[in-house]
Amino acid sequence: MTTDGGHVQVTTPSAPEGSAAGVRIRRSTRASRWAIGPAVVVLAVLAYLPFLLQQDTTSTLVNFFILLVLGMTWNLLAGYAGLVSVGQQAYIGVGAYAVLWLAQHGMNPFVALPVAAVVCAVVAFPTSWLVFRLRGGYFAIGTWVVATVFALLTIRDASLGGGTGTNVPHLDGYDPVVLRALTYWAALVVAALTLAACYIVLRSRIGIALTAVRDDETAARAVGVHVPRAKRIVYLVAALGAGAAGALLAISQLNVQPNNVYGVQWSAYMIFVVLIGGIGTMEGPIIGTIVFFVLQQTLANEGAWYLIIVGSIAVAMAVWARQGLWGLLDRWGLRLFPVGYRVERDHAGQ
Amino acid sequence: MNWINAIIQGLLLGGLFALFACGLSMLFGVLGIINLAHGDLAVLGAYVAVALLPSVHTNALWALLFVPPMFAVFGYASQRTLLRRSMESGPLTTLLVTFGLSVVLENALLEGFSADSHSLSVGSLVTKAFRPNSSISISYLRLGILVVAVVVLALVQLFLARTGTGRQIRALADDSEAASIVGINTRHVAGIAAAVAFATVGIAGLADGMYAQFGPTSGGTLLLFGFEAVIIGGLGSLWGTLVGGCVLGLAQTIGAQIDPTIGVLCAHVVFLVVLAVKPNGLMPATVDA
Repeated sequence: MTTDGGHVQVTTPSAPEGSAAGVRIRRSTRASRWAIGPAVVVLAVLAYLPFLLQQDTTSTLVNFFILLVLGMTWNLLAGYAGLVSVGQQAYIGVGAYAVLWLAQHGMNPFVALPVAAVVCAVVAFPTSWLVFRLRGGYFAIGTWVVATVFALLTIRDASLGGGTGTNVPHLDGYDPVVLRALTYWAALVVAALTLAACYIVLRSRIGIALTAVRDDETAARAVGVHVPRAKRIVYLVAALGAGAAGALLAISQLNVQPNNVYGVQWSAYMIFVVLIGGIGTMEGPIIGTIVFFVLQQTLANEGAWYLIIVGSIAVAMAVWARQGLWGLLDRWGLRLFPVGYRVERDHAGQ
Repeated sequence: MNWINAIIQGLLLGGLFALFACGLSMLFGVLGIINLAHGDLAVLGAYVAVALLPSVHTNALWALLFVPPMFAVFGYASQRTLLRRSMESGPLTTLLVTFGLSVVLENALLEGFSADSHSLSVGSLVTKAFRPNSSISISYLRLGILVVAVVVLALVQLFLARTGTGRQIRALADDSEAASIVGINTRHVAGIAAAVAFATVGIAGLADGMYAQFGPTSGGTLLLFGFEAVIIGGLGSLWGTLVGGCVLGLAQTIGAQIDPTIGVLCAHVVFLVVLAVKPNGLMPATVDA
């Protein structure tokens, strides 16, 4: 299979001689080609926002980006690799605490952010050998146990704040306005890189392998897909994303609290975002994050009601509208992030 | 002597874990459902007792008369509606649906009963204990919970092994298509299986409420311990589940004996070690359940 990213000209073997009734296999769609321009504009506008908006708006947007990163990486796990994890908070916690520890030892928290993400991927490697022994639902609860163990181990270290948590040092040295803007840009960069990473992973051989496994694991193995390796790579990428999100959380909240960063509510958010938007699509988590975020902001004063309402919507979507909101829009075959191969009639040949 | 006491307390705690694990094991073994809302359902059972018992001083043992039947009906209804619908979309959907329900349940309890912790009163039983010497104390309540766990596991085992409905449930677990071809009303039978599983969750929730304080967010920990008991014992083995529960209980109390702050951590670590060394559990399934 050629994966050169461009179009591959294929003539159908059954086509009559000289008729040139070829089909064309493309990786991009018209929508995706048109979307590149607006995407660049959106990114540029988002990058300029700190000069325009109130500080509290940009810090709200930081939370949006954190949620987006978590949703996209969880979707990679569950929607493509079939790994339903309820324990990604393990890496949110490790990411946040890695920033804290590095900052305590003199590193600038913003420099520590990418380091923390890499630390998470390194931690995820041995962990994957353990949790991959479990299948399906047992994998889900096993990852949750791992997150709980990480949390219980972390709070034993008094220098990291024990059970109550502590402030991230060095952040008070910044001017508040500069700090907010830097945090915002860091979050924007992490979100954009995560989007790009998910897109690249899914368009690569791994993505094709995973999609094949998701659709029919037996058939995929039969044609030689190395399933465990593909799943492990996705698990590491998702840990990287969750770790970056955790690091952002530590920086934006200026402190790290174990109950917050290791809380299972993060898994609830990721799952709801993906279920509402549409599992197993690139676009789904983006729409899901927007919808979830709007609901969260609207229902912010209703206490526990917002999770009751959002959770009920997610459950209903999972049962009755499996493809999520993007799936409902998908009847036109719109693809902003095409990751597969599409067979199109070659109009020139007609 | 403290060590002997720790071992006894661990075994007693194991009974509680096994009681939780029973319903989890049954739902997975028969219906293939991993119920992530299991812990929250147990907590719901305890809150139903809080809400329906006439006063906080009423002996909560009375709740055993109405909570398990209510949960059985609830289980049957859930299976016939939401769970079956989600099963049709695949096992991963069921997982996500039950996780969603657990979050909804937890927050509904938070909204209805506040974040304050509650406990169920069992009158003077809570302080009565058998004390053979100064350092060993066997609470009658905890002993009672262990006995209830053994009785519930034995009854479920007997029900599956000996009754007509039990045979139908096992047939369903083996091959649901074949079961329906030979004339079993698979949807009804699946509902019965869910009813039994939910009834045991109700009992487990009441037992937990009598044993310790609980709050709306207690469910997660209960789910983890129940699940660990199932894995340590070996998937699908009900008696293995009892062993698994006792191993966890022992790990927790012996760990706490060494350092009071590491009890829970020890239980989780023992689980991870078993997972790494013997992924099929200590007592792999001998009887399907």
